[in-house]
Amino acid sequence: MLESPSQAILSIRGLHKAYGGNTVLKGVDLDVHRGELVFVIGPSGSGKSSLLRCCNVLEPVTAGSILFDGEDITAPRVNLNAVRQKIGMVFQHFNLYPHMTALENVMLALRKVQKLPRPEAERRAREALAQVNMLDRATFYPDQLSGGQQQRVGIARSIALRPRIVLFDEPTSALDPELVGSVLEAMRGLKATGMTMIVVSHEMGFARAAADRVVFMDGGVILEQGTPQEIFEQPRHERTRAFLSSVTTRH
Amino acid sequence: MNTQGLIFSFFNPDVIGKYYPFILSGMWVTVQVGAAVVATGLALGFLLAYARACGLRPANFLIVAFADVLRSLPPLVGIILLFFAFPYIGISMSAFTATWLALSLVLAAFAEEIFWAGLQATPKGLMEAGRSTGMGWGQTMWYVVWPHALKLTIPPLTNRVIAIVKNTALGAVVGLAEVVNNAQSATSSAGSATPLTLCALGSLAIFLPVVLAGRYIEKRFR
Repeated sequence: MLESPSQAILSIRGLHKAYGGNTVLKGVDLDVHRGELVFVIGPSGSGKSSLLRCCNVLEPVTAGSILFDGEDITAPRVNLNAVRQKIGMVFQHFNLYPHMTALENVMLALRKVQKLPRPEAERRAREALAQVNMLDRATFYPDQLSGGQQQRVGIARSIALRPRIVLFDEPTSALDPELVGSVLEAMRGLKATGMTMIVVSHEMGFARAAADRVVFMDGGVILEQGTPQEIFEQPRHERTRAFLSSVTTRH
Repeated sequence: MNTQGLIFSFFNPDVIGKYYPFILSGMWVTVQVGAAVVATGLALGFLLAYARACGLRPANFLIVAFADVLRSLPPLVGIILLFFAFPYIGISMSAFTATWLALSLVLAAFAEEIFWAGLQATPKGLMEAGRSTGMGWGQTMWYVVWPHALKLTIPPLTNRVIAIVKNTALGAVVGLAEVVNNAQSATSSAGSATPLTLCALGSLAIFLPVVLAGRYIEKRFR
């Protein structure tokens, strides 16, 4: 299928998510276009992470639809294992496989899901590690790596599968401040390759510098969205202003 | 100290010469039952924990009930029931089979709980990470979750294996010719405690390597 650059890769419509009686997403609509970096901000409990985790159906959605490349991935008979190879995810706590080296972490899905022969899988894994500047640590185990290094391996693990989009769930929140930079640099590098990204994070400086669009969520809905300039300099909503001032006065 | 008396009763060369083949044959039976119990007990315990991880409510109820009953039941009672009571419902088995089956079921019950605890202690994020790369539930369990969980289970599991395999001596009540049973018979017929010394040495020869192997594995997979 031919598509114009402006066509949405991911198109979320009327998304609801409830955990038992607790509704955390109350009708979210969002389009993410090819090559775009969409930055999602909002107070804790606003539903940002739930939104992200619905995007690869790690959480089953309660209502609404998510079109990925035109296919509704919330439909019951969708092959999620196939879909998830095209939607990478990077986790707050890295979630590296502790019994495998960095290289093996990146290779596992290449071998077992994409069924690549070992030399080809290793070549692709090394390529991905090089992209996040971690090739020199390929044989290290996760507990021999710093948090920032682990997170970059986490990024390599997801991009080695050559996804169409990568979801970042608070990728730097568990890191010591001095380690944040290397991860953001890897993300900037990924953006430069034209990767489509959705980032849930509190790194406002990074949002200003790298985001194409900033989305502010509160109470399970998108309250407003716009360019970083619009959101950070002329927020229309009182709650956006209150949130931004609370995070900027923290420093 | 009555050294001569001690040697005569516990280290009597004539008795050793006469009875050591009998003790050795008992050791061989102990090794066979023990190895069989470890193999089937661990395998069954693993399968039960795996099945429980699938999260089917009725199946889980049965698994938990099995584990709780067999962990409460004294293994001796299990052996006696299988050997003496089961013939009345038309199921007869040898002393070897009764001992093996009873201890296997008990080990399986404990092993299931230990494996399950290992799975519970494994961060949920590992499963999510595997699934997010397109691996299926089974693949992620096999390549990611189990290797992590098994590492956690090694110390409690080796302890439990040793404790239960030593219970092969309970097979004596149904006439299993294992090492302790043979030593007791030999002690009565020889009128000397020397066969018990042989039994002690023989048991050490069997179980000490198991204990040491457990220690090695624990260190290796820390």
